[in-house]
Amino acid sequence: MELLANLSLGFSIALSPYTLMLAIIGCFLGTIIGALPGLGPSNGVAILIPLTFTLGLDATSALVLMTSVYYGAMYGGRISSILLNIPGDEPALMTTLDGYPMAQAGRAGDALVLSGFASFVGATLATIGLMLLAPMLARVAYLFGPAEYFALYLLAFCTLGGMASNNQAKAALASCIGLGIAMIGVDNTSGMPRLTGGNLHLYDGVDFLVAIVGLFAVAEVFFFIETHGKNSSIGVKLEKTRIPWRDIYETRWTMLRSSAVGFIAGILPGAGASLGSFLAYMSEKSIAGNNAGFGTGVARGIVAPEAGNNAAAGGALVPMLTLGVPGSGTTAVLLALLMTLNITPGPTLFADRPEVIWGLIASLLIANFVLLLMNVPMVKIFVRVLQVPPAILLPGVTMISFIGIYSLSGSYFDLLLMILFGMLGYVLRKLDIPTVPVILGILLGGNMEDALRRAMVIADGDGWYLFSSPIAIGLWIFAIAGFVAPMFMRGLLQKPQRITD
Amino acid sequence: MTSDRIFGLVAALLALAYIVSATQIQTSFLSDPVGPKVFPIIIGVIGAISAMFLVFRPDPEPQWPVARTFAALGLAVIVLVAYAYALKPLGFLVPTAVVAAILSYQISPRARYAAITGVSLSVGLFLIFRFALGLGLVAFPRWLVG
Repeated sequence: MELLANLSLGFSIALSPYTLMLAIIGCFLGTIIGALPGLGPSNGVAILIPLTFTLGLDATSALVLMTSVYYGAMYGGRISSILLNIPGDEPALMTTLDGYPMAQAGRAGDALVLSGFASFVGATLATIGLMLLAPMLARVAYLFGPAEYFALYLLAFCTLGGMASNNQAKAALASCIGLGIAMIGVDNTSGMPRLTGGNLHLYDGVDFLVAIVGLFAVAEVFFFIETHGKNSSIGVKLEKTRIPWRDIYETRWTMLRSSAVGFIAGILPGAGASLGSFLAYMSEKSIAGNNAGFGTGVARGIVAPEAGNNAAAGGALVPMLTLGVPGSGTTAVLLALLMTLNITPGPTLFADRPEVIWGLIASLLIANFVLLLMNVPMVKIFVRVLQVPPAILLPGVTMISFIGIYSLSGSYFDLLLMILFGMLGYVLRKLDIPTVPVILGILLGGNMEDALRRAMVIADGDGWYLFSSPIAIGLWIFAIAGFVAPMFMRGLLQKPQRITD
Repeated sequence: MTSDRIFGLVAALLALAYIVSATQIQTSFLSDPVGPKVFPIIIGVIGAISAMFLVFRPDPEPQWPVARTFAALGLAVIVLVAYAYALKPLGFLVPTAVVAAILSYQISPRARYAAITGVSLSVGLFLIFRFALGLGLVAFPRWLVG
């Protein structure tokens, strides 16, 4: 009954005209961001954060707007996967495998409608899962002390390194780069500057928004300059759209199974939407067997990754909201938004600010219906957006990034840092070093060190305190297993390169 | 192979420098059992170890662009840095138009098209940010307008 009361509180906020308008704008922007190759959920949300901040939106409104963009981008990514054979964002990579062949066979409309509906099923089930699971997890999170939080942060880095990357050493190095950058600035406990090299600009530390926009958006521009935007070839034409009822009915179990797989993948800290769609596709492929024709444009091969990807997007919000540990690159960016708004995610958020959490959940439920409308009957509008040439889009993205960061502080120094992070992001991605652990390190480094130091204050310097509770021990075991186990499962879990979400 | 080795070596050296500068951090009288040095040093050590892994067990070589593309990337960086410095003294419109045109030309080398893109992006973004979103952007340098 508590759930119903909370939900009605949520809907009373979400259905107010202003919030509703923000959700619809967010869905629209998000679908465009997802559809455009070169703009994905993480860099799309990243360049919008400074702008929402300068617009002076309150916490609930900002969060509703940005998570609608996030959900929308997850829907939109499939459009260019299907029509151009280029994933509009990373998680939509698996959708190209069956989506593009189906479109080539003259069924582009069917593929778009089917994948749009699968996205809806995945996202709606995941939002309901979030609604049921998050309050429970928030209650468990009350038992967490500094030792447990330290182990939890470690778990996030380990699973991110273990599962989302092909090379553990590279993921560990990326985490260290991020954590190392987070240490720069004045130390909270002692009040002394650390590792600033005497540069006054660095006393406040490196703003994580600068790092995020640099690593995600500016680095993308460099990639487009390298390829001259040649990846944006002309794809299949969309003739007419109608609803393929039979395919939808026949893939109903695939949708449900893939949603479950995706949701679980999303909850795991550090796994994210790309892994969700990957696992959903692979498990459906093995259930169907070799004769089902996966990879040749079958309906189930389109439904599985899309349901999985959108379910994972919802699942990734669970650890982000309840524990403050993001499950993917984009939720890391959303965490950055929360921190900019001075909201501390965690169990206290559920107790003290129920209007934020439940307004968000209700908005997401509404956003899903809006997105279904936008992505099935109105899909043609977004197909037209794909025709924006990269020679206009990418300079535009760069300029918006600069304006956004400039409007935060008005200092050229942050812009220089952003360019530096862009170059770093280019080199890291060239070397197949994941950039998400860098972001996570910058975001969580301060908290992780705080947790360690508070734990040591409590224990008076006794290191064994870190392993003193069953929860902490369990987290340590999962952390080590999450880092080590994928080494032995390389053959099974080998992922295509450049999956970063 | 070589790229990973070089990157690993550079990263390892940086990690060592990081550890050394972490040992120089001043502690104050208000200290806790861990202090401000320990965590950065741990990070430096783990970073150095993982960097050495790259040196000894590198992945296959990625596809690097040819020298001309590198020159183009270098130019893009120089242009962006110049933009960062120009934004305050020169106002929004002129630097943005120039930089957007150059970037556009670098992605798709058509001069007229790039020029039009630059000017329209600059004006369009200015109008959106100034009037729709209410950001305090300065259109022209103050000394010009007076």
